[in-house]
Amino acid sequence: MRSLVHALALVAGALFAFPIQAQSPRYGGELVFPVPSEPPSYDGHREETFGLIHPIAPFYNTLLRVDPNDKSGTKPAPSLAESWSVSQDGKTYTFQLHRGVKFHDGSEMTSKDVKASYDKIIFPPPGVGSTRKGQYVVVESVEAPEPYTVVFRLKHPSGSFIASLLSPYNFIYKADILAKDPHWYETHIMGTGPFTFVEHVKGSHVVGKKNPNYWDKGKPYLDGFRAVFMRDTAAQVAAVRGERAQIQFRGFTPVARNDLEKALGNKITVQESPWDCILLVAINHKKKPFDDPRVRRALTLALDRYEGSKALSRIAIVKEVAGVQVPGTPFATPPDELAKLAGYWRDPEKSRAEARRLLKEAGVPEGFSFTFMNRGIPMPYEPLGVWMIDQWRKVGLNVTQRVIEPAAYFGSLRKGEHEVAMDFQCGYIVEPDLDMYKFLSSSRNPANYGYYEDPVLDQLYDKQSQATNPEERKKIIREFEKRVLDEQAHYLMTLQWHRIIPHSSRLHGWTITPSHYLNNTLDTVWLSP
Amino acid sequence: MALYILKRLLAMVPTLLGVAVLIFLLLRVIPGDVVEARYLTQGSQFQSQELMDLERKKLGLDQPLWKQFGSWMSGLGRLDFGLSMWTASPITEEIKLRFALSLQVAIMASTIATLLAIPLGILAAVKQDSWVDYAVRVFSIAGLATPSFWLGTLMILAMLIIFKWVPPMVFTPLWVNPWDNLAQLIWPALAVGYRYCAVGTRMMRSTMLEVLREDYIRTARAKGLWLKLILTRHALKNAILPVLTVISMEFAFLLGGLVVTEQVFNLNGLGMLFVEAISHRDYTLTQALVMLVATFFLIVNFVVDIAYAWLDPRIRYR
Repeated sequence: MRSLVHALALVAGALFAFPIQAQSPRYGGELVFPVPSEPPSYDGHREETFGLIHPIAPFYNTLLRVDPNDKSGTKPAPSLAESWSVSQDGKTYTFQLHRGVKFHDGSEMTSKDVKASYDKIIFPPPGVGSTRKGQYVVVESVEAPEPYTVVFRLKHPSGSFIASLLSPYNFIYKADILAKDPHWYETHIMGTGPFTFVEHVKGSHVVGKKNPNYWDKGKPYLDGFRAVFMRDTAAQVAAVRGERAQIQFRGFTPVARNDLEKALGNKITVQESPWDCILLVAINHKKKPFDDPRVRRALTLALDRYEGSKALSRIAIVKEVAGVQVPGTPFATPPDELAKLAGYWRDPEKSRAEARRLLKEAGVPEGFSFTFMNRGIPMPYEPLGVWMIDQWRKVGLNVTQRVIEPAAYFGSLRKGEHEVAMDFQCGYIVEPDLDMYKFLSSSRNPANYGYYEDPVLDQLYDKQSQATNPEERKKIIREFEKRVLDEQAHYLMTLQWHRIIPHSSRLHGWTITPSHYLNNTLDTVWLSP
Repeated sequence: MALYILKRLLAMVPTLLGVAVLIFLLLRVIPGDVVEARYLTQGSQFQSQELMDLERKKLGLDQPLWKQFGSWMSGLGRLDFGLSMWTASPITEEIKLRFALSLQVAIMASTIATLLAIPLGILAAVKQDSWVDYAVRVFSIAGLATPSFWLGTLMILAMLIIFKWVPPMVFTPLWVNPWDNLAQLIWPALAVGYRYCAVGTRMMRSTMLEVLREDYIRTARAKGLWLKLILTRHALKNAILPVLTVISMEFAFLLGGLVVTEQVFNLNGLGMLFVEAISHRDYTLTQALVMLVATFFLIVNFVVDIAYAWLDPRIRYR
């Protein structure tokens, strides 16, 4: 009997092994994908939009990258640096570079180029803008002691330094070019990436072709790619449905996913993930009665996030109930622990009763009116706004929505005239230092639209940032989360965005992550016949 | 006639100047600027005021308004539109790319509209209150009631569901590959052309009906003149004037106003460029586009006026 079982297991194993073998990468083909936004320039150090990453990242490499197979999008993997080490005091990071890496002009990439690129990001010369300079305040210097060794010296140990080097924007540029003209890369493309630049027709498309001299031998698999700029979601869906495009890397709505699945059956594969983007509610502490933590707590207690998630995830790109970290990532709060925070209780009636009690205690009358400022973007601002207004109505608040045109929205927030407003955060990687920076006192972070000062919160942030032991860091993050979302309810979290990528079943070698800025080098992607 | 043309040309100058002042001021009144649009809208955690100030300085947005206006006007005087504030590319380059596509769609749509509207309108007028008239009226009212972008969406869905095919996503110039070019542009031209054909048909029908009731037509008929001759030689020449105006104005509008249709068919045209320029608060590009469209309208208007004067010698500038 046992031998029969073994024989069956062997047969089953062989059957299952066959398709795996059949899935070995295939060379050739052009990947076509719509991009909903177009980059203003080609300089990753300057821009902040995925519209730059999707069409331009395949031309470059970064020092490190996120492991392209890691669904959490947090695991560091080598890229131009093949290995790295940290000194005992946690203040010196030494990276060993790959040898034989060539720029597309044929010159060799060395530590000099890495240093020049990071110097441009961290210590930009006068007149040169660097969007991410603020993320590297911990860096004291970048050194290139040998051609294949780069050393970063930090002012103090940092728990997030390696994660900050995973930024997909930190393209490595050629030092000689930067020395001649630090703005050159705004209008030109020349990297070490798996694809070389062919053309950019403004408003239309970017084309890249396979780099035959790519340093990572055997890659890329594709002959090339074509990124087509397409603003309209329906046109993007039609492109995938009509099989003119294989994927759109940002994400589709649940309705589009359902349509594509229905129309294309097994020709479409869907990957989903919690998305490192969230709509937050900024409560202006300078406006009465929102200076009172009881009122702010009542606002968060009024939201039944669990029921909201069930209903909204059918029509909008939101789903996960989350704290300050994306669920499924290393520092995320487990659901049971999250359920202890105000606004996350499992019993909505108990929450609403507490909200009413707090409002009464704070002297806020039944039917109290305030204005909720929302951004004029339909998805997901509109459904979330409508849902919240309905939830607040259930605790006796009468809320009017004021919708502001997208381009003027953040300018309005910066004026600080709002009472309660929708705010937005989107990260290139799930990392507490990045995700929690938003909540620091407004004197430290001008993008804090709650306009509060909280030294305790700031101290907790600094403490977790310098904690190099993950368990210790997790504990401090929990304290931070409790203070910002529960005790002080400075900001409200709505629902985590949910990323849905329906792509052609012919596309392989690409794994979804919580960030639509990651995994766009395309070196591992291939197309089956 | 030469004096008439000269006076009409000179009248364009204050109009363009008025447009220039208006668009310059309007753009500065609406909240937000290109730097905010670039650095505040992506949900980034780190926003540096220092960086924003640096960018504003680079773009000259820290200068007083009169200085900004002066430098723009002096550029315009030299036909230099400057650089786009968003992409830093020369504006002429940005516009040139899209102009060919928009012009082709406008020509195709206007041709479809004209070729259908004139015969259908005449036919409906001549066969007034017959089933032919009713059919033309239903066709034209349906065209008026159907937004082009909606018809475009239906077309795409129908092609997807029935033929499992969608038009090409990228524009190919006609001289490079006529098949790909037409496969992409014929659909928006049909969607837009249908609507304008509906406007033209109704206008043609009503003006033709009016003309057909004139004494000189009755006289021609009484003389026993052949109907085809009455229509082409006597009626059409007078009835077509308002239709000409409508079709010409719509042709000018098509160049910059096909925003939603361009979006639906993913056309890289001037309409989309307009929307992007405004949403990015790209002052220089928006100003250039407005001036371009205004100039185009004035030229079309001018050509129509000349055509009027040519078709009807009674019309002269006083």
